Amino acid sequence: MNMIVCCKQVIDPEAPPASFKVDSSTNKVVPPPGVPPVISPFDEQAIEAALRIKDAKGGKVTALSLGTKLLRDVVKKPLSMGADELVLLEDDAFADGDSWSTAYALAMAIKKIGDYDIIFCGRQAADWDTGQVGSGIAEILGIPSLTLAKKIEVGDGKARVERLTADGYEVVEVNLPALITVTNELGEARYPTIKGIMAAKRKEPVVWKPADIGADTAKIGTAGRRTKVIKLFQPVIESKCEIIGGDNPEDVAAKLVLKLREAKII
Amino acid sequence: MSDYKGVMIYGEVTEGKLSSIAKELLGCGRKIASDLGQQLSAVLVGSGVGGLAQETIASGADKVYIVDNPLLKDYQTETYVPVMEKVVKQVMPQVVLLGQTTIGRDLAPRLSFRLGTAATMDCVALAIDPASKRLLQTKPVFGGNAQAIFTYDSDPQIATVRAKVMSPMEPDASRKGEVITIDASLDPSTIKTKVLQQVKEEVTGIKLEDAAVIVSGGRGIGGAEGFKQLAELAEVLKGAVGASRPACDSGWMPETAQVGLTGKIVTPNFYLAVGISGSSQHLAGCSNAKTIVAINKDPEANIFKAARYGIVGDWKQVLPAFTKKVKELLAK
Repeated sequence: MNMIVCCKQVIDPEAPPASFKVDSSTNKVVPPPGVPPVISPFDEQAIEAALRIKDAKGGKVTALSLGTKLLRDVVKKPLSMGADELVLLEDDAFADGDSWSTAYALAMAIKKIGDYDIIFCGRQAADWDTGQVGSGIAEILGIPSLTLAKKIEVGDGKARVERLTADGYEVVEVNLPALITVTNELGEARYPTIKGIMAAKRKEPVVWKPADIGADTAKIGTAGRRTKVIKLFQPVIESKCEIIGGDNPEDVAAKLVLKLREAKII
Repeated sequence: MSDYKGVMIYGEVTEGKLSSIAKELLGCGRKIASDLGQQLSAVLVGSGVGGLAQETIASGADKVYIVDNPLLKDYQTETYVPVMEKVVKQVMPQVVLLGQTTIGRDLAPRLSFRLGTAATMDCVALAIDPASKRLLQTKPVFGGNAQAIFTYDSDPQIATVRAKVMSPMEPDASRKGEVITIDASLDPSTIKTKVLQQVKEEVTGIKLEDAAVIVSGGRGIGGAEGFKQLAELAEVLKGAVGASRPACDSGWMPETAQVGLTGKIVTPNFYLAVGISGSSQHLAGCSNAKTIVAINKDPEANIFKAARYGIVGDWKQVLPAFTKKVKELLAK
């Protein structure tokens, strides 16, 4: 079973909301000082999904990341969790893409890697929250896509996938190769082991430039964007919270009930 | 000048009924169509969906396209994408709106890639730019920490819309419209996926999306046991119990109870957030509640920025006292 997992380096979504800043002149986010980037948490769960299959059935897991200024300590995390190979698409030409240019570049790299049964992605990246790249890669490669998977089992050239629905989940069977996007309901991603960290330190990633994957430079990065961000802004939350204090919990509770009654909320 | 004209909404059908998101899309599509001076159409895809055409017209559509086929009984990417591709190529709408649901999240990206256009997911505001006449699509990004306005030049312009942010129209049974049937033209032999089973995990009692009162718990609750106290208060207030993602991920509550960007979007009158820090991704699900009240031991917790009233303290002491006072009040 050959598996490829797409992993994105993002600004840590767990960074305190107060540290989040936007540069309105460039419509870009200013990385919070002192907070290192991370692999998008949904992508870590995609790695976890692939590793669970590897644990059960054997196989090879290749992590694939695209970007610029990819910090090796960050993008090597899949290796330290147990992935076998790491491929980086790292070049200025890949920078500032959107879902279209990113899916195109990743699909070209996957074609070059060649042998795959399942491609995993996180359900959406924790930065732009679009959730389109996975479906896009599948469309470019002409393979089936199943999104929002919370459990995956493989056998006989097929995958049996539990995918979220509005009121529960459905069990879908798909012929491989296929692309699967993973949702947080899969469960927590494993922590790297000391052995894994040591192995990851010794392993050098394969770095590909646009020419290495035969990418049309007009279709990648900024040049390949189909969408424009005309404004990026932080919505203003009006802070008008009235903190209710009191001598003891009963007193506070009574005051809150009174407030809510006066406001006809209860 | 583009040959694409008109606004089309994808009318999701849930258990044989026109879904509430479909009605919200009709309401918002109606405004966009009138800003463009164009017509509003709806597509209904499924098995036995033809009977919903009149209701769709009453809710705002000028035209309803029906694609009815037993193979379309369950949503599948492999069948719905080619059907929508065919409909869009035949009708050539300038704008296509879908709901940000498990179906819309799956259908919109793949459809947009197939059509060679683009899509913006999870929009909370849509407007026509007066100068360019293009669709301005506003969506929360970075877990709700920011919002971005997107636009693009290719047609059709595809967008998914977050539930409960758009208002449906008052249904008017006297509205007239046209109903057009489109053949699905599916070849079953090309379908590589099969739905084996559908499992409902509905929580008992009032649905979160319909609840006027929600008592919601987060990481601070500390375990499944604590949620019983939240459920007790919810029952007294005839409401539902919600949870933040960490609480669901820890297995204290089922995933169907999750409120937030990756869970349910709720709009109750009263949202009580207990032991919830108030991450942007959680606020994305509850910030449209009429009144948010927060109980949290950390006075700096982000949830207080979104709350109308707050209590700084240990929920284990505050909540039982609050439940008791509410019971006394309602007994009067």
